[in-house]
Amino acid sequence: MLDEGPLIWMSDALITLATIGIIVVLTYFKLWKWLWDNWLTTVDHKKIGIMYLIAAILMLFRGGTDGMLMRAQLSWPNLHFLNADHYDQVFTTHGTVMILFMAMPAIIGFFNVAVPLQIGCRDVAFPYLNAISFWLFFAAAMLFNLSFVVGGSPDGGWTSYTPYVENMFDPGPGENYFIVSLQITGIGTIATGINFMITILRMRAPGMTLMRMPMFTWSVLITSFIIVFAFPVLTAALGLLLIDRDFGAHFFTVSGGGMPMQYVNLFWIWGHPEVYIVILPAFGIFSEVISTFAHKRLFGYAAMVVSMASIAILSFIVWVHHFFTMGAGPGVNSFFGVSTMAIAIPTGVKVFNWLFTMHKGRIEYTSAMLWALGFIPNFLIGGLTGVMLAVPPADYQYHNSYFLVSHFHYVLIGGTVFGVFAGLYYWWPKMFGVLLNERLGKWHFWTFMIGFNVCFFPMYFLGFMGMTRRVYTYPAGYGWGVINLIESIGAIGMGVGFLIMVYNIVWSARFGERDTTGDPWDARTLEWATTSPAPEYNFARIPEIKGRDAWWLMKRNGESINGPKDIPFEPIHMPNNSGRPIIMSLFFFIAGAGFIFSWWILTIIGLLGVLVTLAQRSFEYDDHHYIPVEEIERTESAAGRL
Amino acid sequence: MKPSGRRLRGLFLVVGLSMLALTGCGTGKYIPVLSPQGPVARSEYYLIIWSFVLMIVVVLGVFVIYFYMLVKYRARPENKDYVPPEIEGNSRWESIWTIIPIIIVIALAIPTVAVTYNLVQPPKSAAATTATKETPITIDVISERWKWVFKYPGQNIETVNYVNIPAGQPIDFELSSTGPMNAFWVPALGGMEFAMPSKDLKLWLEADHPGTYDGRSAQFSGRGFANMTFKVNSMTQAQFNAWVQKTQQTAPKLTKQTDDQLQKPGLVSPMTFSSIEPE
Ligand SMILES: [Cu+2]
Ligand SMILES: [Cu+2]
Repeated sequence: MLDEGPLIWMSDALITLATIGIIVVLTYFKLWKWLWDNWLTTVDHKKIGIMYLIAAILMLFRGGTDGMLMRAQLSWPNLHFLNADHYDQVFTTHGTVMILFMAMPAIIGFFNVAVPLQIGCRDVAFPYLNAISFWLFFAAAMLFNLSFVVGGSPDGGWTSYTPYVENMFDPGPGENYFIVSLQITGIGTIATGINFMITILRMRAPGMTLMRMPMFTWSVLITSFIIVFAFPVLTAALGLLLIDRDFGAHFFTVSGGGMPMQYVNLFWIWGHPEVYIVILPAFGIFSEVISTFAHKRLFGYAAMVVSMASIAILSFIVWVHHFFTMGAGPGVNSFFGVSTMAIAIPTGVKVFNWLFTMHKGRIEYTSAMLWALGFIPNFLIGGLTGVMLAVPPADYQYHNSYFLVSHFHYVLIGGTVFGVFAGLYYWWPKMFGVLLNERLGKWHFWTFMIGFNVCFFPMYFLGFMGMTRRVYTYPAGYGWGVINLIESIGAIGMGVGFLIMVYNIVWSARFGERDTTGDPWDARTLEWATTSPAPEYNFARIPEIKGRDAWWLMKRNGESINGPKDIPFEPIHMPNNSGRPIIMSLFFFIAGAGFIFSWWILTIIGLLGVLVTLAQRSFEYDDHHYIPVEEIERTESAAGRL
Repeated sequence: MKPSGRRLRGLFLVVGLSMLALTGCGTGKYIPVLSPQGPVARSEYYLIIWSFVLMIVVVLGVFVIYFYMLVKYRARPENKDYVPPEIEGNSRWESIWTIIPIIIVIALAIPTVAVTYNLVQPPKSAAATTATKETPITIDVISERWKWVFKYPGQNIETVNYVNIPAGQPIDFELSSTGPMNAFWVPALGGMEFAMPSKDLKLWLEADHPGTYDGRSAQFSGRGFANMTFKVNSMTQAQFNAWVQKTQQTAPKLTKQTDDQLQKPGLVSPMTFSSIEPE
């Protein structure tokens, strides 16, 4: 640890200070009990969603800092700001954090915030499991971030190709951090997939047929299916890799008769669907936002559903496009090239449907809408360069070059991150009862959007100029210097945009406009029918759904969300809070640390702890309570809904 | 409020114009992918251009509709009371924008498949600068950590971190690796292929003219990866023959000691040996 250099020492110091600071503040203001009772033990999907989103914003900061460090190192030829080892660790953690610990929790956060409300039910199918999913993700994220200061971060790239990441080339605990933390968060993610699949299939309010579901809920349903089919493949790949590294097996080492290519195949059988796991919910968010702020119903609803479903199916038969240059033969490369191009067809249908949703509408340029509108041209560039990448002979020239780096940042930032920002501005009042500031929101949008294009658009040219990803430095004379400098300036713009967003959040918490109506946007779907934030039980009475855009219809027909006045409320059955999910994830954390450092005693303690907490649950009978009618009446009349 | 993509369009123009300017002067030096120096790179270049043209058509089409919608249907104080109609969809329009992408994909897929099959065969060069078309030269490329070793089995020569080839002649590079995977990439001559342990992947390349081209590894392989570069020197057949002869007479033999040294991780300067097996 001591030989790591001033950068790492500084972060060590900062992390320690921040941790001490948080503990002191919580203790000084006597907030521990409040935190435990209201948040750490909660099984309320809305609160879990908020925790996911807070974690995702923190991880966006971490992954963004990694990105800034990389841009600083690359901004001119022959710089020595980071050395090769540090740079390798930084790009690995950047990719891993952004995909698995930023994009994933952000979209799952929105699943939790919006889906049960959109389908008019009181909770997810398995609230306790939902809490476990969150805490597993959280434990994994903490474990992964710890690598930076304890034992060294992984340095094999976010794809961690074998044989490079095998012990013989990449010894030390760094790579184990990658394997183990992905494994832990993966368990939580699979549980989330099952949870939302069942929630959406079984818990919709009466009258809400599949073809009446809001588009975001549709995207979550389809995404849940992809999760359930794709994540087990990652589990298998990482499991085999961990056995190789911890117990000396040779699944992926050539010297022992293993096949490194097998890892690459397994990784991308998960990895390609994974990019749709983070993009389809963003499509869902854009659909909601665009139809809300164009004040029109979504154009071509059925086509939107069909195209999402076909994207989901196609996403499983294109994975070889990640390694056209690994000698698969022209037949295989042609098949996977054409199947990849085919994804452009349903995606194109969606883009035109969004455009025509605005046709004859009345478009309000709110912050949420700006992100949705900014998404269209940026994602178009990302998607079309994706089609260019799908041409195998052309890919021989683009593969692993900055052309590729630009492409996936255009789809992942222009799609997923823009989607997350759109969702934040859109659902913020629903989550907190306060609107984010629109003025600051516009500053956030323009700085980030311009910075993003300045940072990533020139990368297409760097690719043509022969620059490959993951080089930590380059000599002068290739003509790469100036372009890299421009990109780094763009990265600063994105950083400024992020800071404006954080400032907006802090500012709005104190001075923001309160949402007393529950429906600040004059929106169309059911989550806007209840108060902001929604009460613990979501809906005092389960609504009856009479068509698509249910809330819009109710508003037009002058119906109340609580139905006719004379029918009395009934007590509402709700699950109890539980401290066990967080304790169980602590044991997962301990077992994970054991696997990372090969400290088997720790592993055994951790795994036993997991088993005991699991077993305890089986003997828990008193796991729910009823909210009495008086309390419901009190809450509803305070919200002015009686 | 300005429509949200106007600045983007400005950016597009600036970058597009500077791209044209770059292609005008010194492209060869700075943008190797767009100034192919051999038949393999050229066929890939044509596909890149063709796919780019198709994509630009889509971009322009979408951008026109996009800006039309943003400007025409924006909320204004005058249309405050306007209630937009609830439109379910339109099957004619929806079919049109399903069929157009299908046509574009087909227009892209056909040449793609053809070229993909072509590239596994030795390039049939139109720009044959040599009078005699001999049998292709085979060069074994081995990526060690972090250097490139080139073995000429026919010539009994081994070079490190540079490779000499005759111009106008297809070269059969046989790629493998003794350590992690790497990718062998000479952008001016053609796209890359992986060098993988225990696997021989084949890559056909050919240079039209004498010249020197930059090559590098494109697959991350650890600490020395950024410095894993090499030069490809394309020369006339006569120059190449002379080089082979001179090397066999003057270059040292590959000793066991040097060979062991090469297999250890580390960076080395270019080297030449007059044998391919260590003794
Ligand atoms: Cu990135
Ligand atoms: Cu992919």
